[in-house]
This record gives sequence, C-alpha cells and structure tokens, in this order.
Amino acid sequence: MKRALDIAKDRAIYVVLLVMVIFFAIANKNFLTMNNMLNVAKQVSIYGIASVGMTYVILLGGIDLSIGSIISFINIVTAYFMVNMGMNPWLAVILSLVICTILGFANGWIIAEIKMPPLIVTFASQTILAGFAYIICNGRPISRFDEAFLWIGQGYVGPIPAPIIFMIIAFAIGAFILVKTYFGRYFYALGGNEEAAELSGIRVKRVKYLVYALSGLFAGIAGIVMLSRANTAQPNAGLGYEFDVITCVVLGGVSVNGGSGKISNVIAGVLIIGVLANGMILMNVSSYMQMVVKGLILLLAVGFDCVQQANLLKAKKAA
Amino acid sequence: MSSIDNILELKHISKLYPGVVALDDVSLSIRRGEIHALVGENGAGKSTLIKTCSGAIEPTKGEIIINGETFSSMTPKLSESKGIGVIYQEFNLVGDLSVAENIFLGRAIRKGVIVDQRAMEAEAKKILDSLNINIDPRTLVKRLSVGYQQMVEIAKAMSQNAQVLIMDEPSAPLTSAEVESMFAIVDQLKENGVTIIYISHRLEEIFRLCDRITVLRDGQYVTTLNTAETNQDELVKYMVGRELTEIYPARDPGCIKEEVVFEARDVCGNGDKNISLQIHKGEVLGLGGLVGAGRTEFAELVFGMEPKTSGSFFMNGKEIAPKSPKEAINLGIGLVPEDRKAKGALLGLSIRNNINMPIYPKISKGSVIDTKKENEIAEKYKEEISIKTPNLEQLVKNLSGGNQQKVILAKWLAADSEMLIFDEPTRGIDVGAKQEIYTLINTLVEQGKTVLMISSEMEELMGMSDRIIVLSEGRVTGELTREEFDQETIMRYASTREVE
Repeated sequence: MKRALDIAKDRAIYVVLLVMVIFFAIANKNFLTMNNMLNVAKQVSIYGIASVGMTYVILLGGIDLSIGSIISFINIVTAYFMVNMGMNPWLAVILSLVICTILGFANGWIIAEIKMPPLIVTFASQTILAGFAYIICNGRPISRFDEAFLWIGQGYVGPIPAPIIFMIIAFAIGAFILVKTYFGRYFYALGGNEEAAELSGIRVKRVKYLVYALSGLFAGIAGIVMLSRANTAQPNAGLGYEFDVITCVVLGGVSVNGGSGKISNVIAGVLIIGVLANGMILMNVSSYMQMVVKGLILLLAVGFDCVQQANLLKAKKAA
Repeated sequence: MSSIDNILELKHISKLYPGVVALDDVSLSIRRGEIHALVGENGAGKSTLIKTCSGAIEPTKGEIIINGETFSSMTPKLSESKGIGVIYQEFNLVGDLSVAENIFLGRAIRKGVIVDQRAMEAEAKKILDSLNINIDPRTLVKRLSVGYQQMVEIAKAMSQNAQVLIMDEPSAPLTSAEVESMFAIVDQLKENGVTIIYISHRLEEIFRLCDRITVLRDGQYVTTLNTAETNQDELVKYMVGRELTEIYPARDPGCIKEEVVFEARDVCGNGDKNISLQIHKGEVLGLGGLVGAGRTEFAELVFGMEPKTSGSFFMNGKEIAPKSPKEAINLGIGLVPEDRKAKGALLGLSIRNNINMPIYPKISKGSVIDTKKENEIAEKYKEEISIKTPNLEQLVKNLSGGNQQKVILAKWLAADSEMLIFDEPTRGIDVGAKQEIYTLINTLVEQGKTVLMISSEMEELMGMSDRIIVLSEGRVTGELTREEFDQETIMRYASTREVE
C-alpha cells in the first residue's frame, strides 16, 4: 500500500498531464485526434531533445541558458556549411554537432575551472553565440537545402514523423546514460554534494565538462531537427528556447537544487508544455497570454519543488 | 555572599540532545568585575554553556540569573538587552562596511530616515578610545587584520552596553603579537568594570588573565578554582581526571608488523610544518592535539585535497604525491572525514550507490554498470560490517550516525584501501555504535590494514591507538608509545606553543 502511494507520488506529474488532456479534450473536440496528438509530439520534439542535456545540467545543480543561442548558432552554421560552402549535408551535420559539443564543453570548463556561477557563464555565452550567428549570416536567413537533409525534420517512419523518432531516441539514450552507466551515478552524486563526491574519488571537474558538453550536443541535435523542419536558417531561430526547455525539465520534477530527478518524468514535463501550448492555440488564447501562462507554470513548478525541499528538511530536523 | 555580587548565575542547567547529554546539571556563578575562565577538553560542554547564556540554544532544564533577574531561557535579543555580549570565533562583521557602520550594524544612528554618519563615527571613536583601540572608524573592516577585526567585535559589544563579555577562544585566530594587544584590551575592559568569561585551551593565557577558573568535563561541572591557589598540573588533572573505562575492545597485539606502510618526511603545507611520521602495517596510529592543531589539515595533505609545499610521502617505500582524492584512493588510501554529513556520505543516494561510488569504473563494462556485481559488493560489505538496514536501496540520509559511518567505511573496504584515515570517527555517534566502530577498526588492523586515527577525545585516543603522535600549531610536539600513554603528558604536548 505504502509502495503504491510512493509510486503515485513519484508519478504525480503524469496525473497532471492526464487531467490536462481530459480538460482540453472536453473543451475542444479537435484536441484528442490522432492527427493533433502527433502534432503535439512533433511540436515538442525540439524541446524534448534539448531537455535531455538540460536535465543533466540541472541535476548537477547548474543551469544552461546558452542552449537557445546554440540552437540558433547551429542553424546558421549548418546552413552555411551546406549552402555557402556546398558541403555534404551529413558531414555538415556531424561537424556542426562537434562544434556545439565543444561550445558546451567550453561553458563547462569555465564553470569548473574559473568557478564562475553557471548562470552568468551561460548567460554570457548566450549573447556571444547569438552575436556570432548574426555575424556569420550577416543577419540574413539562409535557405535551399539538400532534399536528403529535409528528411530529418519532415520525413516519416510509417505514420510517425521523424522528429518524434529522434525525440524518443534522445530520451532513450538520455535515460540509459542516467540509469545504466556510472556517469549517471556521478551526476546524482555531484548534484547531491560536490565535496562528498570529490572525496569519493569522482573527478568533479571532468563530470562538469562532460555534462555541459552533452547539453551543447543535445541542443545541437535539437537545432538540426529544427533547421530541417523549417527549411530555412534564421539567426534568431532558437530565441527563448532555453526558457521552455528549463520549464519542461523543472516541471518534470528535476530539483533546481540538484541531485534528484528522472528522465521518465521529464518526458511528462515536455508533454505538458506541448499539450498546453496546443490546447491554448485551439482555444484561441492569444500568444501574449500564452507567455503569461508559461511563466506562471515555471514559477509554480519551482515553487512546488522548493516547498517540498523545505518540508523534507523540516522532517529531517524533527527526526 | 549576596547574589547581587554575582552578575551572572547559572543554576542546574541541563541540555539534552537525542542520545547525548551536552550539559548535565551545571551550576556556576560569575562575580561582578572578574575575569572567569571556562576550561575543559573538546566536547566538555563549554560552547553549549555559553550558547545557553547568549540565547542561541534553549536549556532543557535550569535557570539563568542575570543581575538578580531569573530566566528559564534566553533569546539572542533578550540576552543582548540584559547586557551579555559574545565574541565568537567566527566574527559577525560585514567586510565592505566601515568600522563605525559595523559597530552600529542594525542600530544605525539616524536623523529621520537618513543615517547620521558623523554622529556614528564620533560615537564609535569614543568607544574605541575607551578601550585604547587605535583605529579610524571610517576604515573598511576588510582592510583590517584579524586582530583588529576582533577589536571591532569587542567595541560592537561595548556599544550595546555589554556588562558581561563572553570570549570564545579569542586567541585562536591571532598571532602572538596580536594576542598581546588583545590581553591589553581585556585588562582595559576589566578596568572599565566589564565582567569577562574567557574560554581558552591555552592554559598559560588563563593564568596570565583570569581571576577564577571553572572546569567542565563531559557536560558536568567539576570545580571552580582561584587562579592564585592552583597551577597548570592541577588544572590538567581536573580537566582529564578520569580513568579509562572498559569500552575499548582488545585486539590481537601481534597484528602490528615490522613493515612501514606509510611515511611522511618533513611534510609542510596547509598550515602544517615539517611533519614526519611512519605507520606500520596493522597499526593504529593516533593523532592527538587540540582543535586547530593541524591534524585534519595533515589528513587533507595525505588525501590529495590540498597540495603540500615541501616534503614527501611514501607508500610501501615508494614515493607518492596524490594530487586529488581520486589519485589517493587509487594509491590505496581512504578517508573517513570528520564532517560525515557534509563530506563523507552522499546522503541523497542509496547505500548501494554509496558503497560502490569509488569503484564504479571498475565494475562497469564500457561505462555500463554491472548491476549484479554492484549488488553483490554492496551486499557483501553490508553483511561484513553489519549495516542495519531493511534493504540496500535505503537512502543514506535515513540511517543513524553509526550506520552512516559504516557505509563510508564499507566504501573504502570495497575500494580495497590499504590505509584508512579516520577523522574523529565517533563524533556524534551514540555509545553503543561507538563500540561497534571500535570493533571494526580492530578488525581492519587485524586484517592487515593500517589506520591513522585523529581524535580529540582523550579516552578514545588512548583506548584505540598503538602509538600516539601529538600535534600543536602544525608541528609534531610529542610521540608516545602505549606504555607512555598518559593524559597529562598528552595534554602538555598538545598545548605546547612554539617559542618565538
């Protein structure tokens, strides 16, 4: 019985998701159609992919504000490789992903070695990368890509759009790293207590490099999917994406204090954001109002987490 | 003597924590205008006692009488308003504010809503002058040396009209020149009619300054002596004054081998100077000394947490120079740190994860953990050192102190450490679990491991060690073999000060 209760508590976020789906299904009969559901999944695929890296970062007790700009940057860079330099699309994709990983690594290196707060480091790199995206394309969008490249964002596997497949793969790999490999254990250890982790023989700095590099890589993959779907590279393509991704992750129950969280619940967080955006559009809620709602949700999710942590602390003291 | 001659009286003060009696029916009177020393070993209850006076903690039982007024407990505000000031070892100063602003922090002299800087500076100057402290009240506190910062703290207490000033180890952070200046101020305070409660480990200071001395031991009041009628030897006897009880399980004396496992030669750094020592296979080497003597600092050097500036370490005859805990662990060293909750255990992770943490790369293929091995190892050490838990998934934060300590130990056993460093292994652990930890240490050395044990508990140090090395101010001041163990000798080595 207690176990069942624990599971219910652990998966409360899925209950929220279910309630939301029921609400929108009643409010609008077009909501709960196969077509619209696939649409929701397709829309969140970019957030979903990027949220894997962000989950690791927040697990460590850090934050990565640069991923929106990394998405913009990889859009422009990949397009530039393919269109302006005539590079083979697959080579362009791989090269761009390597660059994104290095950029994330650089964030991690500064955070670990210079001991700067992640908020400031990634805030600065956000602006720097946004600037470079504009510089490379001169502020003009780049388009006309190879037909093969467009499959990534617009293709199908059976009835399922390719971006959804990529998102599922990203979640699967993300969960695998977290649950099955020892790196996952290290992430939890570091997020729980850096000093104790170091004294248990973990090279804390290296784990930080790795996590921020992974955040860059997953943001890069998200950016590639976006580029292929949009069929044009905009220098501001990823503007504000970090906000949505952070909201998804925190909503998915990853504690902003680090040390606890699960990919399986982050999936629910991602879907909630997708369902909410889609449902609000179907109900003709203005995009400005949508911004207000999203902001409130972030506040609510973090507030809930903080209250829970405080209660845990109180319970510990009482014991 | 009428009670009005006593500015502060504590009557039957007890403070109980779950499983620990911090203060046991302590009664004590402080006479108006005297300098009264409070002495005792680490954990004797000095800090707890002053915290009940300052209102930082609430006594479980007892009364506090200030100037004839009786209270059952204090709050920080109340104690301040009744004229009690405390100078803690950690200062409560804001570095980027001036001396005057710090003295009047939270009580700024104002004209309407505007802070009257000039009045505050003049007032601060007056207080500083009354204590013969020569600093400009406009100086930023961060530009002052530790000694002067302490003086600002004293001036702050005086500005609140403190009649009783409690000083907790005031000489600990100071250089010897600064200590002299501090003494001058304490004398001046006494002349100004302030009563002082002076807590220190350094006995010579107490004989230099204080009128009377109260000794605490194990949370109990022992005696109060007139300084003029006693001497250091007598005082030490009162401080340690008990026979070793039989809680230390015997171990096979044959387990100490000839071979030297670990050696430090002239190691300097992290506050330690020229430390040389050897530890044999199967030996428990005790590292004694007062808090701040450089013992934990030495452990940090050995474990690669801090770099040494000179000297060398040897492990089984080969020179080693661990630059990180990871390297130290790979060389066969394990550390059970003093602050278990902050440094030792990963509280939010399971027992299984904690035990395997240092060896994950070894029990993984590629980077995928072999969960079968992971479980086997955790299960093996859980059984071997009997960690009490329903299952290995239990989070370490839900375990008792003793079991947490065992999990940390299990981690190093799993990592196959050859030498284990215990820093205050039984601090905050109840008596029953203590004995289990001692038995475990015995098992370790009997299995051929080597133990370096830092302990501030004299009994534990003497009960568990095969040999004791005493540090003071970052230097080795004495070494005792088991036959030479004697509390007073250790105490004397521990309070040896460097002659300058």
